[in-house]
Amino acid sequence: MLAARSLALCSRLAARPSAAPAARLIAIRANSLWAGVKQGPPDAILGVTEAFKADSNPSKMNLGVGAYRDDQGKPYVLTSVRKAERSIQDLALDKEYIPITGVPEYNKLAAQLAYGSDSAPLKAGQIVTAQSLSGTGALRIGGEFLARWYEGKGGKKIYLPAPSWGNHTPIFKDAGLEVAQYTYFDKKTNGLDFEGMVKDLKSIPNGSVVLLHACAHNPTGVDPTPEQWKEISNVMKQKEHVSFFDMAYQGFASGSTVRDAFALRHFVEQGHKVLLAQSFAKNMGMYGERVGLFSLITDSAEETKRVDSQIKILVRPMYSSPPLSGARIVKTVLADSTLRAEWLEEVKAMADRIIAMRAGLRGHLEDTYGSKREWSHITSQIGMFCYSGLTPEQVDKMRKDASVYLTRDGRISIAGITSKNVEYLAKAIHDVTK
Amino acid sequence: MSSEVSVFQNVPLAPPDAILNLNTLYKADTFPKKINVGVGAYRDENGKPWVLPVVKKAERAIVEDASLDHEYLPIDGLRTFTDASAKLILGKTSPAVTENRFAGIQTISGSGAVRLGADFLNRFRKAPVYVSNPTWGNHHDIFKDAGLEVRTYPYWDAEKRGLALQGWLDTIKAAPKGSIFVLHPCAHNPTGVDPSTEQWKQIAEAIKAGSHFPFFDCAYQGFASGDLDRDAAAVRFFVDQGFELLCAQSYSKNIGLYGERTGCLTIVTKSTELATNVRSQMCKLARASISNPPAFGARIVSMILNDEARFQEWTVQLKVMANRIISMRTALFDILTELKTPGTWNHITDQIGMFCFTGLNVNQVKVLRSEYHIYLTDNGRISMAGLNQSNIRYFAEAVDHVVRNVV
Repeated sequence: MLAARSLALCSRLAARPSAAPAARLIAIRANSLWAGVKQGPPDAILGVTEAFKADSNPSKMNLGVGAYRDDQGKPYVLTSVRKAERSIQDLALDKEYIPITGVPEYNKLAAQLAYGSDSAPLKAGQIVTAQSLSGTGALRIGGEFLARWYEGKGGKKIYLPAPSWGNHTPIFKDAGLEVAQYTYFDKKTNGLDFEGMVKDLKSIPNGSVVLLHACAHNPTGVDPTPEQWKEISNVMKQKEHVSFFDMAYQGFASGSTVRDAFALRHFVEQGHKVLLAQSFAKNMGMYGERVGLFSLITDSAEETKRVDSQIKILVRPMYSSPPLSGARIVKTVLADSTLRAEWLEEVKAMADRIIAMRAGLRGHLEDTYGSKREWSHITSQIGMFCYSGLTPEQVDKMRKDASVYLTRDGRISIAGITSKNVEYLAKAIHDVTK
Repeated sequence: MSSEVSVFQNVPLAPPDAILNLNTLYKADTFPKKINVGVGAYRDENGKPWVLPVVKKAERAIVEDASLDHEYLPIDGLRTFTDASAKLILGKTSPAVTENRFAGIQTISGSGAVRLGADFLNRFRKAPVYVSNPTWGNHHDIFKDAGLEVRTYPYWDAEKRGLALQGWLDTIKAAPKGSIFVLHPCAHNPTGVDPSTEQWKQIAEAIKAGSHFPFFDCAYQGFASGDLDRDAAAVRFFVDQGFELLCAQSYSKNIGLYGERTGCLTIVTKSTELATNVRSQMCKLARASISNPPAFGARIVSMILNDEARFQEWTVQLKVMANRIISMRTALFDILTELKTPGTWNHITDQIGMFCFTGLNVNQVKVLRSEYHIYLTDNGRISMAGLNQSNIRYFAEAVDHVVRNVV
């Protein structure tokens, strides 16, 4: 009551020509349509980069954002990608709108990469595909589709591993799904709590939608073994759960696109009608060009038609049609046997560098600095990220004392480590954990 | 799989998108004189898509620049692009610009901008949304999917073949206080009928009286009259009148970027602080739908808008497109006059932009398609860009025929 009155008073005061600027501001706020719009919190992950940029310490390290860096700490544009880009320029193609769900050739090549060209549903036309705004866009399409059409007993709800990529929750919530969690990471071992995971999958209602990270789990780097994946598949089948795979790192995790797709392909072989979000951000370095694919395995060619038509109905009011240039590049690389071979080598090289940095970090911690703590998880985890086990307080201290920046959950982006600074990082970690 | 029944068993087959389906039908047609006046994409004198020379040069420069990478853009996009884009529509001397109370968010072209604005309004300022009758079909779906109630305001007067101003003003007056009005600042899609300066004054007054919120959808700045400032006049007028507003901008037609999906949602508020707050909430929405926007198209537009020489080159090429469209309007009017086709046809030259609402009915449209292999939407809308010196007589004669013979 009092606040409203003083606000009204401010408005009257502010209307006077001699009004003080502060009063005028309050009045402006009160009269604006957006007075109720609060400042949104900064994005946790991107906020790390902001703080890093502002730091003047020459030894500073950015272990925040998950974008690959070469051994010089620089972004890496793949040679195969550069060649593809330049060849596209020479073709003098137009920029006409592409279809709502993408160009068939790109969709086919992307799907084949994920599922394998001999995949039965692919060959039988039992797959719906939609070019997407990278992995995020694919997840959103899937989420919206499930929120609109899923009639399974588990309801319009999706279960995410604990923890999962921070953006999963807002994506699915905004899509209209309820979001819940299943046990995943074991803090005690810095590994997978397999028993806990299976227990949860068995206890949630039949016909639940479950999100699975196909490989290189973000943020922990902890993946199930092939044997564990087989058991997870059996449980999912028994419970009639729907698997929604998020595959952002195919090829980037182990260095082999085939090996990294094992879980996905096994599930498909076992008859699961999966949903898949695929990204070319990391494995082709397409980050800012936003190239991905959403796909869904159907029961029949007839169901494919129906589902495909509804995906289009959903996508058109989101953004009409996807961007063409990034997809052209990916398509060119995948379709040309020479470029494709070159690409596969480059992906392997990126994965190998990551693996080497993991080994280097662990080696320095154990041997150079004689740390008494357990660090085997650094090399048993896989992909871009390592869940170090550092506490938020230790993370804060590393930032202050050593200018090493990472998110407060202790997640390290291994790509931010180079052969020149791996020892510095080991020392910084040792200093806060000894 | 233990379950025999698919979880998607009950997903019905949806009809294909009307406009895009037309394209498919056209492509499949083998008739040598076929004409596509369906989709609104520019075509040159030979009926071919035109990648602007200024765009080609910018593209090449980007691809050949070894110092450029493909790193993520910020959530709200390339700032050099969005700042220039907002200034393009608002004008560099706009009070919104000089007082720094605007923000630009990069979006997936105009569609993405409208959707982002709709999602924001649904979250922070839910109210009925009024779109023109008729309007671009996707407007209805975008606002509906964003969770808002969609109503219409009268726009096209079929008898006059012009603007239904009084009906529009009456609807504004009767609308619940604080409703959202979606406005086409120039080259109205699908009618091509734009309010005059005087009429915009009346519309703005009525919107202000009802405390309604203006949401502009600007897909044709520069493409309508050939003059960037002239086509932005309505938006600038509203800003001068003190409105807070949203403006969706597309570079699909005016820079010919179509499939690159380059657009911007420009926001005008009452203060810098408010603009910052709104920007941050738009970012939250964008992060959950696309994370960050595609870089390539934005880089092209940024190069053009921020370099004087490239900008000038663009305005020249923009005029080429606008002028060709205008010349086709004149030519069509002249031939219909020559043929003494029954009815009045000055609406063809009175209307502006890509589209012309011919006034043909759905039966006439169907015959044009089946007998003449001319593809246009059921509402009688034609894309002027699909006409050229080689096909315009054939087109005019077909129209003449259906007007005389099809009821």
